[in-house]
Amino acid sequence: MGILDSIPHVTAEMPHRPWPRAVVTEAGWQAAIERLVEGGLTLLGFWGEPTAVHMAMLDGVSAEIAVVTYECGAGTFPSVASRHPPALRLERTIHDLFGLVPAVADDLRPWLDHYAWGKPYPLSGRNASRDVRPYQFLPAEGEALHQVAVGPVHAGIIEPGHFRFTANGEHVVRLEQWLGYTHKGIESLMQGASLEAAAKLANRTSGDSAVAYAFAFACAVESALQIEVPRQATLLRALMAELERLANHLGDIGAICNDASFALMHAQTGILRERCLRAANVAFGHRLMMDVIVPGGVTRGIAPDGVSALRALLAELRKVFPRLIELYDNTASLQDRTVTTGIVKAEYARQFGAGGYVGRASGRDFDARRAIAYAPYDSLSFEVPVLQAGDVNARVWIRIREVEQSVELIEQILHQLGPGGLETALPPRIGRGACEGMALTETFRGDVLVWLRLDGELRVERCHLRDASWFQWPLLETAIEGNIIADFPLCNKSFNCSYSGADL
Amino acid sequence: MRKTLLESLTHGSLTEPAPAPDVSALAELATKVNRAAQARLGRSLAIREVDAGSCNGCELEIHALSNAFYDIERFGLRFVASPRHADVLLVTGPVTKNMRQALERTYNATPSPKWVVAVGGCAIDGGIFRGSYACVGGVSETVPVDLHINGCPPSPTDLLKGLLALLEHVSRKG
Repeated sequence: MGILDSIPHVTAEMPHRPWPRAVVTEAGWQAAIERLVEGGLTLLGFWGEPTAVHMAMLDGVSAEIAVVTYECGAGTFPSVASRHPPALRLERTIHDLFGLVPAVADDLRPWLDHYAWGKPYPLSGRNASRDVRPYQFLPAEGEALHQVAVGPVHAGIIEPGHFRFTANGEHVVRLEQWLGYTHKGIESLMQGASLEAAAKLANRTSGDSAVAYAFAFACAVESALQIEVPRQATLLRALMAELERLANHLGDIGAICNDASFALMHAQTGILRERCLRAANVAFGHRLMMDVIVPGGVTRGIAPDGVSALRALLAELRKVFPRLIELYDNTASLQDRTVTTGIVKAEYARQFGAGGYVGRASGRDFDARRAIAYAPYDSLSFEVPVLQAGDVNARVWIRIREVEQSVELIEQILHQLGPGGLETALPPRIGRGACEGMALTETFRGDVLVWLRLDGELRVERCHLRDASWFQWPLLETAIEGNIIADFPLCNKSFNCSYSGADL
Repeated sequence: MRKTLLESLTHGSLTEPAPAPDVSALAELATKVNRAAQARLGRSLAIREVDAGSCNGCELEIHALSNAFYDIERFGLRFVASPRHADVLLVTGPVTKNMRQALERTYNATPSPKWVVAVGGCAIDGGIFRGSYACVGGVSETVPVDLHINGCPPSPTDLLKGLLALLEHVSRKG
């Protein structure tokens, strides 16, 4: 049974590919929320427009996806978050950007809006006012409790955000995050942008996932325009995506150990990460491989000495990495810090649809590369590691196993690469109607969703990018509960959520 | 563990020779750094990194400066946890309006003499985020900037060249 079969709806007039979009009335909207609450569907995305809200949902069993749209005639929509908590930050964001009011919301504090933009509801297209109130953190009451405020400027070289800890002695009673510091207004910059400019923005939504974002953006455009990309181009895309995954996982494994004061691992994986970036630079001319993937294909092939650089990288990884795994596994003082620390309950991972190592370390067996099987992953063989423990240690092991899988994937791709075109020409800019597309790709930290509408002249009319972190950040709040404050950096690093990606 | 440690002792060092300081960076600094400050600091600078809304690409490359290939600490440059310990603020991003106040406060918390290095295309003029309702656009519109290092993101070598130019300039006795 399809997702929309159980939800009263009418199909949207505009073509929406590759998954359907339907317009629903309040009854349909409530039915969709009901399916989310009972766990039959997972919330994939929730975003706004000046007079409508959209929800993307996934059926975890059939991997089917659908979007439902509620037209906000009176500037309001039935609150999703009041019944389904994973929607909360997205719902507050919709209110911040578009001024639409969820009815009836339990929590309508601003999320991205810190009252610094000079205008409220910047994407609403109208002038409105908003009361400025000091941000109220949620209360925690008890005799011996005290608060520790951290950020937005942190001690390390990381992105800005505010963490408010309430602690009893060393133990964390409650952590509340307040983000939005890196909000750049990407959705507004997307409006009216050419495909070229929009792709650049997608690359820089979260720089560590530049390739995966560019990949998702390109796929969404190609779905909307119904064009096929040459096979060689899809192989190169996956090659870059796996290189990006390798570099990030290697960096993370070392950084997590470093936060447990085990600097040796950090130094060793730092070397491997640098080798990945250098190989990427040789093969694709940019260490982070930004702006190589564009709608229609890729802008360049692999450099003549790129293949040998990549083969040398794989050989080095195969030689050195097993020793580092052994080092991680046999260092009791390190295990003492990571095992049973920062546990994410399987139930929360499922409810929030947490992607990447956060979900997979807590039993959620989902990987967009396998579930959606977008090209070229439909023709590559790989395993998706899943663990149940949900602690920092499990998140490290998921990364370790994924490094091994990425090495194998790159090997397969190098084997399949051959001569072939790199780009499919986009259709002419005139004589077209508007169209919509959506795509999901797997970044190193989980699935990202890109939804967009193109106008008749191939400009972006609307584009929403949903980072994996939206459904992971809230779980970090649950994971730290009962742990000591000194273990927060360790837990935080094991999540390594994106600030920029979620702040937009 | 012993094997890994021993191997790093017996194998040659990965650390690469220092690149030459960037010429254009030296020229930019020549007009800005005063001589009294130069005499006081010698060849050692403490750096506080401030992400003022970057996409996190610049942070990845700044991190790389500490790996075995670049080993930034051999030059007397090191990253510190607080602006109160810092001589240099390394600022990235198009300065989001939500970060403007935090950047100003960080600057004010840094003791003089101090330098601000704006890193990446966004930090120069807002880059591709210029014109957004949420960005100020360019670090110099919020705090005075002594040196710009361009790139999206600048490579670790570019960063090193810029910072070495700063170091050279600061340590040249006047």
